[in-house]
Amino acid sequence: MEPSDHLFRRESGRIVAALTRVFGVHNLALAEDVVQEAFCRAIEVWRFRGVPENPSAWLMATAKNCALDVLRRERTARTFAPELGRFLQSEWTLAPVVQELFGPNAIKDDLLRMMFSCCHPRLPEAAQVALVLHMLCGFSVGEVASAFVSTHAAMEKRITRAKKVLATSKKLFDVAAATEFSARLPAVHRAIYLLFNEGYHGASPETAVRVELCREAMRLTAVLLEHSLGKTPTTYALAALMCLDAARLPARVDPSGNLSSLFEQDRSQWDQELVVEGLKLLELSATGSELTEYHVEAAIASVHTMAHRAEDTDWGQIVSLYDALMTIHPSPIVALNRAIAVAQNDGPERGLEEIRTIAEGERLANYPFYHAALGEFEFRSGKHETAREHFRAALALARNSMECRFLNQRVSACERGDMQQAYYERFWDRVLVSLKTHLEGEGHN
Amino acid sequence: MSEFTFLFRGRETPRSPEQAQKQLEKWVAWFKDLGAKGHVKDSGHPLEGTGKVVKGKQKDVNDGPYAEAKDVVGGYMLIEAKDLHHAAELAKGCPILEVGGSVEVRPIQILNM
Repeated sequence: MEPSDHLFRRESGRIVAALTRVFGVHNLALAEDVVQEAFCRAIEVWRFRGVPENPSAWLMATAKNCALDVLRRERTARTFAPELGRFLQSEWTLAPVVQELFGPNAIKDDLLRMMFSCCHPRLPEAAQVALVLHMLCGFSVGEVASAFVSTHAAMEKRITRAKKVLATSKKLFDVAAATEFSARLPAVHRAIYLLFNEGYHGASPETAVRVELCREAMRLTAVLLEHSLGKTPTTYALAALMCLDAARLPARVDPSGNLSSLFEQDRSQWDQELVVEGLKLLELSATGSELTEYHVEAAIASVHTMAHRAEDTDWGQIVSLYDALMTIHPSPIVALNRAIAVAQNDGPERGLEEIRTIAEGERLANYPFYHAALGEFEFRSGKHETAREHFRAALALARNSMECRFLNQRVSACERGDMQQAYYERFWDRVLVSLKTHLEGEGHN
Repeated sequence: MSEFTFLFRGRETPRSPEQAQKQLEKWVAWFKDLGAKGHVKDSGHPLEGTGKVVKGKQKDVNDGPYAEAKDVVGGYMLIEAKDLHHAAELAKGCPILEVGGSVEVRPIQILNM
């Protein structure tokens, strides 16, 4: 059998989580070495024999045997997981205990335990996400760096520091403790959502990387949903949101390889299975008393998926959903998003009015698409001169060549005094997309 | 056609899961290609990293081989090729060369008894 795509990457998180449980979180580096050793052995055997029928089980068994070797060899020199201490000392108990810790049920919890441990309150959110991607999703430092458009050196520093915090946190998170579980769950949700958004709207130009990040986020959410304490209405809402957004992924790149806007997309390419799954999850999320930002954002995504054509979009409903989001999670960015939906629904003048009333609107001043939105509203109200000034302000703040190219087109459109319909539609999609990214990025700053 | 052994020396420690993936894919592709062209007589066996060395008249038994990682024989296989030159050409495609390892190509002596 030939190796399936990303086989090692997919297995890496489970194995490192299981090993960390046995060795203790302070021996994180040792756990990583053992994973490497297990992969090395796999290559040595599989290169001539092909991949076995159940490569996961093979890798896990090999990792377990490597772990037993290490435990026997170093039990006097090192301390391992403190709660297992005495069991690991005696040969009578060592093998059965390790056997149990590598059983399928234990491993499910290991993954969750590691996920919660990575979302340590002492770590900034950006570091949590990088750590999750590195430890649980098997991304190398270089791959995490390119996913977040960061330099290798900067990411290495961030991950090394984060690992140190994790390794000195004394023990892994206890996933059986209900109160602590619920307390940290929001941070875990947030990290997963950031991971997803980095894939969906992120700056990385490579489409393949982005799709993978989305997939990883969905995989981690599935792990949460399998745990009795993890499958809360909020987790369902997050899962729904990701499904509904991910359903549009196949249509996001047009045949010539350009990013295709929500307005231009061939909606027949949307993944109907994911739409159905997303709507089902959204229904499951509608229990309990808590209405989270994920619920509302999932609802917004569902309104988009309901529209068979872009012009059928129910902007009125989207405005009221943004109203709800403003009560749950008020921020200038959400308010700007809302203003854009209002403009779609009631015209540019109403949009301008809404922008003027945004509380703490000055926080948007460094954000190019804030100025661009003003420009667009002014233009659509017929004030081309004012519009051009706004677009110029936006251009001065542009963060990459794609934004520059786009905003330059707007400036010259103002000078010509016309706007082609296609530009206009593309513009709104860029604004919505960028605002969402910025909204998610706020947590980092 | 003559027979040869390929002895693979050296160990490749992948630095990341994706690198492990790439290494494995290269091996699988190389091996598949050799097989498709009818060069694989026996796919041999991988060897464990540990072992014993029994040595001398005293029959001393030591843990070993404890060679440098690059010298450890990690596996072997039997190859059919026209001649030694041809066999060496086939070995040039081996992915172990990309990670500092080597392939020792040895003709198998034919015994006419």
